[in-house]
Amino acid sequence: MINVTIDNKQIQVPEGTTILKAARMAGIHIPTLCYFELAGMKFENKPGGCRVCVVEVVKDFNGRPRRNLAPACATDCVEGMEVLTHSARVINARRTVVELILSDHPTDCLTCAKSGNCELQSLAQYLGIREIPFKGEQSHYRQDMSPSIVRDMDKCVMCRRCENMCNNIQTVGALSAINRGFSAVVAPAFEQDLVDSPCVMCGQCVQVCPVGALSEVDDTRNVMAAINNPKKTVIVNTAPATRVALGEEFGMPAGTIVTGQMAAALRRLGFDYVFDTDFTADLTIMEEGTELLGRIKKYMAGDKSVRLPILTSCCPGWVNFFEHNFPDMLDVPSTAKSPMQMFGAVAKNYWADKMGIKREDLVVVSIMPCLAKKYESKRKEFYKDGNPDIDYVLTTRELARLIKQFNLNLKDMPSEDYDDPLGESTGAAVIFGATGGVIEAATRTAYEVFTGKQCPKIDFTELRGMEGIRDAWVDFDGTPIHIGIAHGLSNARKLLERVREGKEQFHAIEVMACPGGCVGGAGQPYHHGNSEIIKKRTEAIYREDAGKPIRKSHENPSIIKLYKEYLGEPCGHLSHELLHTHYFDKSEHVEISE
Amino acid sequence: MHVLVCGGTGCQASASAQIIENFQRILAEKGLQDEVQVVRTGCFGFCEKGPIVKIMPDNTFYTQVKPEDVEKIINEHIIKGRKVTDLLYMDPENREHVSDSKHMGFYRKQLRIALRNCGFINPENIDECISRGGYEALGKCLTEMTPQQVVDEITKSGLRGRGGAGFPTGVKWGLCAKNKCDEMYVICNADEGDPGAFMDRSIMEGDPHSIVEAMAICGYAIGATHGLVYIRAEYPLAIHRLQIAIAQAREYGLLGNDILGTGFNFDIELRYGAGAFVCGEETALIHSMEGKRGEPTLKPPFPAVSGYMAKPSNVNNVETFANVPIIITKGADWFASIGSEKSKGTKVFALAGQINNVGLIEVPMGTTLRDIIYEIGGGIKGGRKFKAVQTGGPSGGCLTEKHLDTAIDYESLAAAGSMMGSGGMVVMDDTSCMVAIAKFYLEFTCEESCGKCSPCRIGNKRMLEILTKITRGDGTMEDLQELRNLAAVIKDTALCGLGQTSPNPVLSTLDNFWDEYVEHVVDKKCRAGVCKKLMSYEIDKEKCIGCGKCAKNCPGDAITKTDYIAPGHKLPSMVIDPAKCIKCGACIAGCKFGAISVK
Repeated sequence: MINVTIDNKQIQVPEGTTILKAARMAGIHIPTLCYFELAGMKFENKPGGCRVCVVEVVKDFNGRPRRNLAPACATDCVEGMEVLTHSARVINARRTVVELILSDHPTDCLTCAKSGNCELQSLAQYLGIREIPFKGEQSHYRQDMSPSIVRDMDKCVMCRRCENMCNNIQTVGALSAINRGFSAVVAPAFEQDLVDSPCVMCGQCVQVCPVGALSEVDDTRNVMAAINNPKKTVIVNTAPATRVALGEEFGMPAGTIVTGQMAAALRRLGFDYVFDTDFTADLTIMEEGTELLGRIKKYMAGDKSVRLPILTSCCPGWVNFFEHNFPDMLDVPSTAKSPMQMFGAVAKNYWADKMGIKREDLVVVSIMPCLAKKYESKRKEFYKDGNPDIDYVLTTRELARLIKQFNLNLKDMPSEDYDDPLGESTGAAVIFGATGGVIEAATRTAYEVFTGKQCPKIDFTELRGMEGIRDAWVDFDGTPIHIGIAHGLSNARKLLERVREGKEQFHAIEVMACPGGCVGGAGQPYHHGNSEIIKKRTEAIYREDAGKPIRKSHENPSIIKLYKEYLGEPCGHLSHELLHTHYFDKSEHVEISE
Repeated sequence: MHVLVCGGTGCQASASAQIIENFQRILAEKGLQDEVQVVRTGCFGFCEKGPIVKIMPDNTFYTQVKPEDVEKIINEHIIKGRKVTDLLYMDPENREHVSDSKHMGFYRKQLRIALRNCGFINPENIDECISRGGYEALGKCLTEMTPQQVVDEITKSGLRGRGGAGFPTGVKWGLCAKNKCDEMYVICNADEGDPGAFMDRSIMEGDPHSIVEAMAICGYAIGATHGLVYIRAEYPLAIHRLQIAIAQAREYGLLGNDILGTGFNFDIELRYGAGAFVCGEETALIHSMEGKRGEPTLKPPFPAVSGYMAKPSNVNNVETFANVPIIITKGADWFASIGSEKSKGTKVFALAGQINNVGLIEVPMGTTLRDIIYEIGGGIKGGRKFKAVQTGGPSGGCLTEKHLDTAIDYESLAAAGSMMGSGGMVVMDDTSCMVAIAKFYLEFTCEESCGKCSPCRIGNKRMLEILTKITRGDGTMEDLQELRNLAAVIKDTALCGLGQTSPNPVLSTLDNFWDEYVEHVVDKKCRAGVCKKLMSYEIDKEKCIGCGKCAKNCPGDAITKTDYIAPGHKLPSMVIDPAKCIKCGACIAGCKFGAISVK
């Protein structure tokens, strides 16, 4: 432990503690901008670039004052150090630095997607900046819009969080700093469009961007137009992770479960039917689980050409990632579509037929914690005769905005049920929202199908947790099954490389692109680096599961009925047509636009 | 017999390549190609009088040689043994011809340690280098000294980093040596980037073996076996000569495995930079070598702990390395006896600007600016008045008359508001506008900023905008205050050395030339006549004879006839419309009657 004095408060901190963290321990607030940490998830961004957190070191390691101000986020405490975090010199410097940043910022807060969530806005407020003294040139860049993400680099403050996230946590490598000096900005190589870059649309860059430089594509107007069109039947499905996060946008504590209120609010927005993606999550388990067991049985019967492990394919960011980075392994992932795309397929075929609604008159909207889902819904293989299975995807944040626009408060909503039959689901489906959940759900079903016996337990806690890469052996009544789990794409890459090199063998691997799984998705309310929020959402997911009367996908009565009435059997002919897909080699997909 | 022809930048631009070709051709025609060797050397330093041709062994120094002079030199000097007097340097004071460079004012007060071999050897021949003591120091280190003794010797010598910051070299080596590791690196920073500076380039072109030898010595001292030279790709000759030097050293067993049979292994690779100024900052340099974006990261960790590929690395500048071998052979005490109290040895400067003897010089630390400017530099061009001297490049400042007797070293320059920097020295006379000078350096910094930290990325841009406003006559006194505040904040908050020192040219001119700023702002005047927007051209209606030549010359149709005919003249006088005048000066140049003036 070392002794430091911050603002005349003496404290003891472990060696290697930065001034910023020491100050936080002492209850002293030092404002930051580029600094970002997701505690417990190995993500810390401290390029020392914004210089907002500078402090005055009045006594340094040599007993003398430090010549210049020190960035608190990246300067370690040393024994006997004395620091002033709010001296006149510091306040003037900090204020001038923020004024400089604002002088190269559009300050169009009135219409900015991040307004109210913007860290630069809060900072200007905190420092009491009422005018920007520097009038000069402002940066202008071409706006770029992919199916998921809008890049408005005029607003970029060069905090480099997105770059760090994209390269180190996700190892996607789509974003990096380009140009120099005043023209420096974060962009795909050669300033190409995101769609032409290796971007997988996971959107984690948006989740960490402190300002409005990166935001989601807004589909709320399209959805409202559909609802306002009397010719259209508009139905909606809600992803598992949305129900444990939407409440945050209405001031509820993280981890509040708002499933029923969300369903009620959606009805008041004018959706004709409110369904649940959880229903098709159960369906995914039937398909993916059957596929897994099929492969295992073949393998055990001596067919060594079978590709194991099976990889989950629910996460569109992950699907994009392996299409870009593991094109030699395209036959390894499960061919099962994601729950959302299964929902679209079931809704626009089975349900539309049943209801007598023409495909073109049915609009399917998804509420997702995810930005990649917006892209996924636009993949060509999910269109039929020019009409997509899923018409629009709204993020949790967009839904919150719509609810507010309708002058509704989620807190005041009654708890309502989903509509039948595409609204019935099990506990296995809801845990899709957390890392490890898909594979746990699959295990609950696969065990019973494989062994023909009832599984002695439901909670496979060995598959849960926040470690980036986890693995566990599950005993299928004498047959040991090796399961791997990764969340965050760098972890997925590591795990998959281990598999490719033959260093480790698994029967099944679950991958989620976002840290924490869908609860930490890029469409969720901004967590501003508070990883406790992600943990609370995860806990809520498992609470929701525990409270469900049915907790195994194959026991969902509506699913059983769907197979009986329509699909036949899992992985059968119709399933293959409607519920399975194929993948593409995108490794060469780098185009330089003119 | 040797004919040494300067192959430095300036001389090359004045056709030294053609001179070499002519020598080779004519010597061959006369069958002398085996008797006389023509060598393209590194820079002699005296660029003002280039191209330089030196005939050895009689040490005759020909200046401003033209390709057509070659035949005369061969016929007269080489064949008949008679000096070609009109190509010799003429002493400006006594108008006498001087044939030996050591008697010239330019060289008299110089002491060439880092440049000891430049212009004396064929840099592409290791034997010439060895004959002048090359690799003796490496031999001594490997056979007579322990690594710690080498570190101690360098520490004792007082050698400090010549890249600009002046950190004690021996201490740096010692810090790195403490972090023993299987893989360590010696890095030579050859990313010379100050505008107009060519010290390091000249050393590498003129004496590449001194760098190779010094890096091997450093490797031995700190326990590293890998050497890397980070050199900008636009230095092709330096690269070429280093490549040759490395290959020759390998061939002679002075690089590679088991050097001189002592079991010490060391080898050197070159890494090319794209010429970013910020890559002279050691962490940025290391990132660039690793293939990453060339931008600095915070220290600690210092490269001595985590440098290239996260391994302990020692980074020294070219000139620093060039001093190392001679310190080992002549001893730390010898080196420490040269220079001032805290700054030992010599410093190489690239002398430029409004000075008679432009060139590359090396002087003992503690030499005064007056000696450099008036003795070595031969005073101000055209006998004009000295105004300022800029040292330290974009990170330095402008010093004035009152600093002329400052004995220059790291501390005194910093105390005067400038810095040593890597050794740029630009002398200015009264035709230089100090606001425009500050603006020039800031333009450079803005161009070269990596853009990582906000004060440098945006702050320098805003300072530049304010300076531009002032040079256009739109500045206010509040702007001057804002300049000071911005400069102070940038110094206080920028991430790396580039940003922290970038306000220096502005601050030092604000301090030393405040009146000139105020003139620009309040009187809307540029006394040096540099800021065009502040100038007005006027025709004296009494002197104008109405010939109309000025109007014909004017590209902007700004000059017209008046109704007034001055007494004694037949035609009406002319007048300039200030709104149309683009201040090109074409009217003045054409007026034979001195009727037009600039106010």
